[in-house]
Amino acid sequence: MDTSQFIQRDETCWEIQPKGAMRVPAIIYADAQLLQDMDQKVYEQLTNVATLPGIVEAAYAMPDANWGYGFPIGGVAAFDPDQGGVVSAGGVGFDISCGVRTLLTGLNIAELQPHKQALADALYRKVPAGVGSKGKIHLNHKAMHGMLTGGAQWALDQGYGEPQDLERIEEHGCMAGAEPHYVTPRARERQKDEMGTLGSGNHYLEVQRVAEIFDQNVAKTFGLRVDDVVISIHCGSRGLGHQIGTEFLKEMVMSAAQYQIVLPDRELACAPLNSPLGKHYLGAMRAGINCALANRQIITHLTRQAVATLFPNIHLGLLYDVSHNTCKLEQHMIDGQRKSLFVHRKGATRAFGPGHPDLPTVYKEVGQPVLIGGSMGTSSYVLCGTKESEQRAFSSACHGAGRAMSRTQASKQWQGRTLVDKLAAQGIIIRSPSMRGVAEEAPLAYKDVGAVVDIADRAGLARKVARLEPVICIKG
Amino acid sequence: MNSEPTTPHWEHFEHQADIGIRGIAPTLEQAFEQAAVAMTAVVTDPDLLTASKVVSIHCEAPDTELLFVNWINELIYQMSVHGLLFKRYQVFIKNDTLSATAFGVAVDRQKHQPAVEIKGATFTELRVYQQADGTWLAQCVVDV
Repeated sequence: MDTSQFIQRDETCWEIQPKGAMRVPAIIYADAQLLQDMDQKVYEQLTNVATLPGIVEAAYAMPDANWGYGFPIGGVAAFDPDQGGVVSAGGVGFDISCGVRTLLTGLNIAELQPHKQALADALYRKVPAGVGSKGKIHLNHKAMHGMLTGGAQWALDQGYGEPQDLERIEEHGCMAGAEPHYVTPRARERQKDEMGTLGSGNHYLEVQRVAEIFDQNVAKTFGLRVDDVVISIHCGSRGLGHQIGTEFLKEMVMSAAQYQIVLPDRELACAPLNSPLGKHYLGAMRAGINCALANRQIITHLTRQAVATLFPNIHLGLLYDVSHNTCKLEQHMIDGQRKSLFVHRKGATRAFGPGHPDLPTVYKEVGQPVLIGGSMGTSSYVLCGTKESEQRAFSSACHGAGRAMSRTQASKQWQGRTLVDKLAAQGIIIRSPSMRGVAEEAPLAYKDVGAVVDIADRAGLARKVARLEPVICIKG
Repeated sequence: MNSEPTTPHWEHFEHQADIGIRGIAPTLEQAFEQAAVAMTAVVTDPDLLTASKVVSIHCEAPDTELLFVNWINELIYQMSVHGLLFKRYQVFIKNDTLSATAFGVAVDRQKHQPAVEIKGATFTELRVYQQADGTWLAQCVVDV
């Protein structure tokens, strides 16, 4: 897009001043190059978000922002319920609480090297991935209720995981305020055989090597050393979240007039936080968050089982578990006053800085681990939350690279099999049920995650701690 | 894909993160059918599919565009819970009420190589209208 549409506030902060129906400014964190490469639709979508009732401070876009639906992907917006603020199903997205969890293995890359192929096979056998894959867990009504209410805590009670996992998950693994009775039978039906499955698209399970450390002190606290092996899981709330998103999006579109909400784009459909519909959505969406947390917890358990077949004496502990499609009630300082706000993060990661009361004790001094997924074959990053991120964008950072090329273009340009062979030559093992899926997720179809992370660091949204390189990728 | 404008056909259109589905045909019903084939083609090559399983679909909406979103979402739901891929469709629409039959087959991961699951139909680029040449167009972006 054309950078002359913006006022450049500092090196990485670009502002669109309120105009038309905009209630607040729109702000994009980027450098000139990333901004130029962003689709003009990001501008349109972000300025649309800025028109929504009760929005506070500004509508923000992270450095990885791209054209989404309603909200840009990489969008952050906070709403004040006392000022007529809204909750938007499109502002959370269809994959509620999609996120990344990283596990520390304690293994060194040299120890893994002779067992790489065997580990790839073991993980691929154990963790269901791709279209049409089903898990071994089948939820009846009671179990479904427990899962939607309890999240990772429920999974733990069923024997999936270890008690110490919970403190390293946002919300300690259980999103409060879930109201499963607002989750329809259809959403439940879509989920009953999908627990512990990765899904497809950009979801994956990746074995990674710590390739570079940027901050020794924080890396030590996070338990990361160069050449350590870690395992990252990227997935969300599966069919249940998709169905909740689908149903509430439609209901919010049809109810907008009733709430006197003028929608610049139907996809921005929303309802006042204090309305029955807004409350029902929050209850269902929180149940969706629990579904995602339970799902990643079960996949963690399956991963541990797969790893134990080759390395029976190692322990896989959590680094952290972050969600990047959510709306959460948080305390933020606005004009010197503490306010309770509902912060939407659509393709953006929460990034609490040092001292935040919600952080586990072990990370209190350094800030929250912020896990940024790469694309197949490219680096991922670990960052940490900063104090200034609170002022920059309600303590938020980017979530990944963002696509540079559509799926159609990617599948025209690359063959899945060729890509798998090429990555194998670089020492990266890919396991996937679909070669076309692999082609659509080609590394070059994504923006350079390194550039995105550099800007997040320079903008103070989060600080770089470590870079991870893929070794094995189980692709959904 | 067929480029002949008066013959029912489908196409994909570009969206940065997701993908657009579009059906173009002489009638509204056929445009809905073709857009649904475009949706199947997001997942797999429709030519790889057979049509041994039949599912009945009913939905209604206050306007034709919402009806289109409901139609696609109904198919996504049926595909998901029954593990099906649909090869072709037969649609009837009267007064914004849709009755349809979807013909498909159970997903065979080896044979169909399904690329991606569809999460839902979005309102992005949602359009249903009769073009200047009289043909109908139905389209939206689907989230994958």
